[in-house]
Amino acid sequence: MTAQEQVLMEGSEAIALAAIAAGCRFFAGYPMTPFTEVLEHFAKHLPGVGGTCINAESELEAVGMAWGALATGARAATGSTGQGLSLMQESFSEITLAELPLVIFNMARGQQDYFQATRGGGHGDYRHIVLAPMDISEAVELTQLAFHLADRWRNPVLVYGDYLTAHTRQAVTIDRIDFGGVPDKTWALDGSTTGTRASKLVSPLGFGKHGHPNPGIEQHLRKISAKHREIEQTEVRVESGYLDDAETVIVAFGTPAKFVRYVVQQLRAEGERVGYVRPISLWPFPYAAVTEAAQTARTVAVFELCAGQMIDDVRLGALGTAPVVGIGGISTDGSGFGVGPLLDAEHVRARILAVHRGGAGAELPRLPDNERTTG
Amino acid sequence: MSTSVPLGPVIDTTVAPDAARKVGDLTPDLLLTQEHHMCPGCGEPLVLRSFLEALTELDVAQRSVAVLGIGCYTSFGMTMDVDLIQALHGRAPSVATGVKRMLPDSIVFTLQGDGDMVNEGLQEVIHTAARGENVTCILLNNGVFGETGGHMTATTVIGQRTKNSLEGRDAEYHGYPILIGDLLARLDGAAYVARGSVHNAGAVARTKKMIKRAFEIQRDGGGFTFVEVLTMCPTGWFIPTVDGPEYLHDTLGEVHVMGELKEGGRIKSTEELYAENVKRQHEIESRLAAGGLEEEA
Repeated sequence: MTAQEQVLMEGSEAIALAAIAAGCRFFAGYPMTPFTEVLEHFAKHLPGVGGTCINAESELEAVGMAWGALATGARAATGSTGQGLSLMQESFSEITLAELPLVIFNMARGQQDYFQATRGGGHGDYRHIVLAPMDISEAVELTQLAFHLADRWRNPVLVYGDYLTAHTRQAVTIDRIDFGGVPDKTWALDGSTTGTRASKLVSPLGFGKHGHPNPGIEQHLRKISAKHREIEQTEVRVESGYLDDAETVIVAFGTPAKFVRYVVQQLRAEGERVGYVRPISLWPFPYAAVTEAAQTARTVAVFELCAGQMIDDVRLGALGTAPVVGIGGISTDGSGFGVGPLLDAEHVRARILAVHRGGAGAELPRLPDNERTTG
Repeated sequence: MSTSVPLGPVIDTTVAPDAARKVGDLTPDLLLTQEHHMCPGCGEPLVLRSFLEALTELDVAQRSVAVLGIGCYTSFGMTMDVDLIQALHGRAPSVATGVKRMLPDSIVFTLQGDGDMVNEGLQEVIHTAARGENVTCILLNNGVFGETGGHMTATTVIGQRTKNSLEGRDAEYHGYPILIGDLLARLDGAAYVARGSVHNAGAVARTKKMIKRAFEIQRDGGGFTFVEVLTMCPTGWFIPTVDGPEYLHDTLGEVHVMGELKEGGRIKSTEELYAENVKRQHEIESRLAAGGLEEEA
């Protein structure tokens, strides 16, 4: 593909090609809807650049294989949908403690995996940087950013997409994006230091080799925790609009945020004082942006396609200065894998208008049911 | 298969050796210290020595990467002078797979216990073998979870007493042990499968040969190789330290029978291996009766 050439492409292929453009040379995964096509495209494209894609026996092995590839210094990734990522959580925790730059793709079933992505289902004091693209062209950028940030911080980065990210098409350009340098991987091993009295150890356990610095698990965990505080200070990414005089501020991430932004633009054109905040990094969460927006807003509304998860972070950001109310909800197609009827500009508009007119206590329109329920 | 005769070279202790040797003279090059963190009577350091010496003797040390599971042997990670990745309990074979795919010219091996490999990570080792992944998995099999204090594993033999089979493993209640070597030998991707032991000097020497053979096959791109080693765990077996080798031989060794289960495409049954071992034993005894052994069989 030549520079600047735009190609109409499915999101899952765009993500795989963006990862390869970023230097990813190893991928292992296990098929699961709606993530499967990401695995398919890695399988198709990686061998051509000298890379490897393994269809692992389960998600547990997929993440283990990526772990081994990462330890050699390669850029490597895995992924699944949230259900499959649940199986990988133990490894995610330990890979974070081993300070390996894993990139993870979640093509989620809606937005039910916000807690999993930002709080984690694994054990211990670990954090992953989480990036949530709103569409395919942003997914191309954030996929490449994910590899950069993973290497910069020696910390896993998760890209949170969904059925629409993976399965719709958009005209995109896939060129390698230069985000600047990353530290040399002096920790990566290839066997060449075996027998030199300076052999390497990639371990989550905080111990060192005999005769070498051996901080112990307590100091090791404190070091990683301090790194996470630093990431919180430097890697917040957020987009917002129309906040200056907004009476109602809607917070949304990922694909639904694009719907929210569209509706807010429409309502603004009609003279309604509404604005939006779109967290691009879910961790670190843009608390400051929410805090500022809540200072002047009458109501902060959270539109998310789940029972209400990000709303906890929005409340922490609002600090009680404005009421925070959820205006999204559970909405899936009949299979549970895809997109529910709530993700429709008319429904989004009706729910935003309900809180904009009636405030935090307003009664919301009834959630639309999917075709299976309505029959 | 019962024997009280040592299966190895007989050292004449009635005369002084030509030159005195110190412990340091016998320390493998790839050990950072002579200390280890194991209990008295543990068999695992013997396996450590075996594979470290094998790497040096094959001149592949400086392209070798180890992946450790979680068990007592995890502490070897501090003392092995080998590039090393610490994996999760059970997950070493897939980590080794990722390493090998990125570094096809390296020698990659896992070190796992029976709890790690045969309990927690059984599907990992099976699929790695089935893929014919060009790595070596080394199993330290003592039939118990040594690190947690002597609990039953998938390889604990019938009748063996552990902390959660106090009256001995009962097939009806606890199920049967898994003979992992036999299981793996039947997979097309497995090029070499062997079971050694460290209950006496002869067995240690034979085990080291198996490990060397496995590394050679890997070096030559031959596919998945597997060496299981029966090891003593007197602490986890609740027996006197000095009784460890005999208990290993008579208890685990009777079920997990030592020998090459698959070599050159040929699979051998437990019965064949048993018969081979009996024959080997008779040969050694007759050679001993005829005046001693120059080197082990």
